[in-house]
Amino acid sequence: MALSSFRDACPTVKNILLLDSEGKRVAVKYYSDDWPTNNSKLAFEKALFTKTMKTNARTEAEITMFDNYIIVYKFIQDLHFFVTGGDDENELILAAVLQGFFDSVALLLRNNVDKREALENLDLIFLCLDEIVERGMILETDANVIAGKVAVNSMDPAAPLSEQTISQALATAREHLTRTLFQ
Amino acid sequence: MAQPLVKKDDDRDDEAEYSPFMGIEKGAVLQEARVFNDPQLDPRRCSQVITKLLYLLNQGETFTKVEATEVFFAVTKLFQSRDVGLRRMLYLMIKELSPSADEVIIVTSSLMKDMNSKTDMYRANAIRVLCRITDGVLLTQIERYLKQAIVDKNPVVASAALVSGIHLLQTNPEVVKRWSNEVQEAVQSRAALVQFHALALLHQIRQNDRLAVSKLVTSLTRGTVRSPLAQCLLIRYTSQVIRESASNSQGDRPFYDFLEGCLRHKAEMVIFEAARAITELSGVTSRELTPAITVLQLFLSSSKPVLRFAAVRTLNKVAMTHPMAVTNCNIDMESLISDQNRSIATLAITTLLKTGNESSVDRLMKQITNFMSDIADEFKIVVVEAIRSLCLKFPLKYRALMNFLSNILREEGGFEYKKAIVDSIVILIRDIPDAKESGLLHLCEFIEDCEFTYLSTQILHFLGIEGPKTSDPSKYIRYIYNRVHLENATVRAAAVSTLAKFGAMVDSLKPRVFVLLRRCLFDSDDEVRDRATLYLNTLGGDGEVVETDKDVKEFLFGALEIPLVNLETSLRNYVASEEAFDINSVPKEVKSQPLAEKKAPGKKQPTGLGAPPAAPPSTVDAYEKLLSSIPELASLGKPFKSSAPTELTEAETEYAVNVVKHIYDRHVVFQYNCTNTIPEQLLEEVSVVVDSSDAEEFSFVLSKPLRSLPYDSPGQTFVVFEKPEGVPAVGKFSNTLKFIVKEVDPNTGEADEDGVDDEYQLEELEVVSADYMQKVGVSNFRNAWESLDADLERVDEYGLGPRESLAEAVNAVISLLGMQPCEGTEVVASNSRSHTCLLSGVFIGNVRVLARLQFGLTGPKEVAMKLAVKSEDIAVSDAIHEIVASG
Repeated sequence: MALSSFRDACPTVKNILLLDSEGKRVAVKYYSDDWPTNNSKLAFEKALFTKTMKTNARTEAEITMFDNYIIVYKFIQDLHFFVTGGDDENELILAAVLQGFFDSVALLLRNNVDKREALENLDLIFLCLDEIVERGMILETDANVIAGKVAVNSMDPAAPLSEQTISQALATAREHLTRTLFQ
Repeated sequence: MAQPLVKKDDDRDDEAEYSPFMGIEKGAVLQEARVFNDPQLDPRRCSQVITKLLYLLNQGETFTKVEATEVFFAVTKLFQSRDVGLRRMLYLMIKELSPSADEVIIVTSSLMKDMNSKTDMYRANAIRVLCRITDGVLLTQIERYLKQAIVDKNPVVASAALVSGIHLLQTNPEVVKRWSNEVQEAVQSRAALVQFHALALLHQIRQNDRLAVSKLVTSLTRGTVRSPLAQCLLIRYTSQVIRESASNSQGDRPFYDFLEGCLRHKAEMVIFEAARAITELSGVTSRELTPAITVLQLFLSSSKPVLRFAAVRTLNKVAMTHPMAVTNCNIDMESLISDQNRSIATLAITTLLKTGNESSVDRLMKQITNFMSDIADEFKIVVVEAIRSLCLKFPLKYRALMNFLSNILREEGGFEYKKAIVDSIVILIRDIPDAKESGLLHLCEFIEDCEFTYLSTQILHFLGIEGPKTSDPSKYIRYIYNRVHLENATVRAAAVSTLAKFGAMVDSLKPRVFVLLRRCLFDSDDEVRDRATLYLNTLGGDGEVVETDKDVKEFLFGALEIPLVNLETSLRNYVASEEAFDINSVPKEVKSQPLAEKKAPGKKQPTGLGAPPAAPPSTVDAYEKLLSSIPELASLGKPFKSSAPTELTEAETEYAVNVVKHIYDRHVVFQYNCTNTIPEQLLEEVSVVVDSSDAEEFSFVLSKPLRSLPYDSPGQTFVVFEKPEGVPAVGKFSNTLKFIVKEVDPNTGEADEDGVDDEYQLEELEVVSADYMQKVGVSNFRNAWESLDADLERVDEYGLGPRESLAEAVNAVISLLGMQPCEGTEVVASNSRSHTCLLSGVFIGNVRVLARLQFGLTGPKEVAMKLAVKSEDIAVSDAIHEIVASG
């Protein structure tokens, strides 16, 4: 990857990890070939988790250097957020990515940030990761913008009603009804 | 302190481990994926199934080719739904499945439709998906839309197209390069992230065109860049331009003002990027450094660990090259030793070790001792290395530092960590004579309880070399013989060799050693027995006190003068033949140049146990071997000094050449290390033509060309000059590389028959006075100074004229003389108006020289120096003054 090989290139994110309080995956995304197999990824996650689990990264994001990577991380409840970059990366840029991820997840989960809530809204977490980094390149770090892009309302606002088939309209109505009932 | 969520309801306790994905199974989910085929799509249900599929993939589950294809086809049905949420999941799923080329066709039209949708979200995402899965043919079809998207008024769409462009540039550069105009327009965007992405892409498009990059930087540094990320990029590009234009500029550095201005930016990431860029400028002056150091110092006391880490890591790097610049931060740095974050604490410690002065060593060591127990091995190694260099800087403090090393050697630790400590002790023993005895004893104690065979054998080998030279060699015997009792066969064999060495070197110990060796004859391992037998026989094991023959010593313990590769080849031939093996028939010529890898570090970075201690500073020894293997050069004797390699070509040129100057009493030998970096060429008859018209005292003797220089395997050619004996003659030499080029067929690796004569201009090289001086330190300068007669002293005063700073003047004189600064006196305290520097060295003719330099500021920036030189030969003292007077 020509992108990550020299400093003159863009800031590059190597992976974003969301692990639980036992180091198990909630959602992870790798953007680099540094870990070619699932086992090497798991080994990295395990080592990183063990190294950081005892630190207090709850009020401020923490940072560590390990295996020639810079990793910034932050914990809340039983969730551990990590962002990894090369050892030459500007630490503060990685911290901005972490903060963007952390805050947008908090927004999307309406501040109930824990593992259970995260798993129940895993689709939102996946979409969130997708909006932050595209193949290592930072897309967006502003949590409000990220959360805004993820939480779109269900219907295509551009589709005129006439184009919908009767069945679709019915389905929509039914869904709408169930949602209002269950809220 | 937030604890893991405490559940309020009791009934939820049982299911604390509840997960919506509990018991999930791939087969079942694949079954569920059939809902995608329902005529009446239920968007919610479909989204859930996709989430489950993504969850499985995310957990490391893999789909077989068939499964993936099935899922892919099912998923494509979902384009019928107009549900935005489902569409988003659909995009994710397609990206995750990374379909093959024939599958891509199925979704292309749907994606192209979305790409032109009125909904921004569809457009942006469809672009990202399409560009991810596209190939070159498809790309030309959608190129028109992508160009439009780059200048789309919606920033999300523009960013999606730009970022996709950055990735496509790797695979389809010629297409993306056509988008320059649109990208350039996007650089002016009001949206912060669009500007960032556009700048990144524009730079990548133009990165091979220096002029274009330079223009880009020039125009943007004047304008306003809104996004902090884009500003960081601009700083990186600016440093690149500075780097590339560095060679031809005098006076003020271009763009420095821009970098300095960025230190006042409101975003921390920009401030830091700029500060780091300034510290990394090549040949940065202390004036340029100051503002960057100041902002980094502020970061040190930030409440954010990330900021503290970034700052301390950068300052740590600065401390390696400009320790004085960082001393102002020492107080802030000391408070970081107790930082919660151990990475920060370690970096702070090692920075302090680099910038500290002699008086602060004891205090620092105390703080470090407390902190060593709770950091990881990798950090401990960093600390050990820092302590080693500190000890070499302040040899008088060896006692405290050696004690520290032996204490941590006793504690728990992994192999790498223990090896780092042992290496450090070995280096200290070698470089600080006073530390030898205590250091050897520490090592002896260590091997009494050492779990690492490698370290035990290396230490035993080292003991065999150093132990017999100490005042009381007998005290080591017990430790060594204990190994024969207690260890595995490898260590036992090493111990036998070490014992034999004591026997061979110390005649009074011989009878006792023989007794011990005879016991080893009954060892259970054949290697141990063989060694014992060999030594007993060659050393004369009949118990008499006889002096061991010099040849025997050389045979048993001398260095093997033959490259192992050559020996292996010869032995293979021997096995196949009938003839007796003759060690003298093994060629001594080194085939590939081992020096090329080591290059600059030379003497300054001792390699510890890795290199056999029999050959102390390994580079010098390797040079000697190389020189003595060439008959024409062997006759010159031993070189007095070999310089560090000087590059004669710029980096990344066709042929890389550097030169090492070997100084002899009556000769100078230039060793040109050449590397051919073109795979398609074979060079033959390579030589360097040297013009010495600017070096009158030198006369050409001979040139030894290099027969052949294949691609990427370095070789040497030599040129010898004669000069008046013992005189430190100086001069400039210009060099031209001459050779015959032969084309090489890259497929077969065979070279053409016919070659063409060619030559290649190299840079000039210079022989300077410092080349005649060996850097040899003394551990106690005062004693050494007083041991030389006062009659041998020459004192004079010099005005050094206007200088940038006192430190700069001190360094200039040190490098002019090429002597070793002693007791850390090369470091000048900031703001001081006077300084004393102690230097030591050995001048050509093996004359020991000591110099005491007193510097003082006489006016604004005017520096004066009083130089007192003592040496064993008064003529040399005069010569040193002459060097300074003319330099």
